[in-house]
Amino acid sequence: MNDVRFEFEVYSEDYVQGGSVSSDIKKYLHQIGINQKLIRKIVICSYEAEMNIIIHSLGGNLILEIKQDLILLISSDKGPGIKDITLALTAGYSTAGSKAREMGFGAGMGLPNMKKNSDLFEITSCPNGTNIKMSYYI
Amino acid sequence: MKVKDLLKNISFKLITGENLDKEIGGVYTGDLLSWVMSHAKKDDAWMTVQTHLNIVAVAKLLDLACIIIVENAEIESETVEKANSENITLIQTHYNSFEIMKSMLVKDD
Ligand SMILES: Nc1ncnc2c1ncn2[C@@H]1O[C@H](COP(=O)(O)OP(=O)(O)OP(=O)(O)O)[C@@H](O)[C@H]1O
Ligand SMILES: [Mg+2]
Repeated sequence: MNDVRFEFEVYSEDYVQGGSVSSDIKKYLHQIGINQKLIRKIVICSYEAEMNIIIHSLGGNLILEIKQDLILLISSDKGPGIKDITLALTAGYSTAGSKAREMGFGAGMGLPNMKKNSDLFEITSCPNGTNIKMSYYI
Repeated sequence: MKVKDLLKNISFKLITGENLDKEIGGVYTGDLLSWVMSHAKKDDAWMTVQTHLNIVAVAKLLDLACIIIVENAEIESETVEKANSENITLIQTHYNSFEIMKSMLVKDD
């Protein structure tokens, strides 16, 4: 199979669509025959990344790349960035506001979940945006 | 136990869903979505007081058997619509989590 690449827009504050990109990603991975266990890991990561863009950023996108023996999931947004990445990666740390918390977000587990469920987790952030690259070996 | 077996008890009210032959593989309780995402398993019945429409996405992504809204938490109409269109089984009950577990485990025959 040739390498494939999909890009999905994710909009700030768009709680109503929250999870729809991850749902498309899940459907596609299923179609191309990726095993259940790996789909679950990727979908957990994409959902957490998608919701973080919606809740914490000005908007961005998710990119899914399927390579020979590797799947890449890339989340990138337009800012405002994460000041202290080490702190943000600490389980339980969250700056989510009351609106997000009322809906059950803000446990401070999203980034730790992404790290735990990917084989390789790379994150960079500056005021212009946050970039997260997650790799999975097929 | 299947979803339809749960519904034999009149304390459980079916709000949405058609696939009632689905087997309930386990139970997960939680209201923090990131915890649910990483710990709930395929075919679990998920008990929660969260009623915002994002619970539908979580149930769908994890292939949960059903969502049980506990203690008669009021369900937003957007959530019902979304659950309907995604064919997610949504059940409401006045029971709390303990009472639900008791009703699932204790056979009254
Ligand atoms: N894309 C992003 N842009 C800006 N800040 C972010 C972004 N993603 C995460 N953060 C910051 O990192 C913190 C921790 O993120 P994490 O996903 O772990 O928890 P959360 O989103 O607050 O809660 P949860 O994911 O458990 O619902 C956030 O509260 C926020 O301050
Ligand atoms: Mg998060």
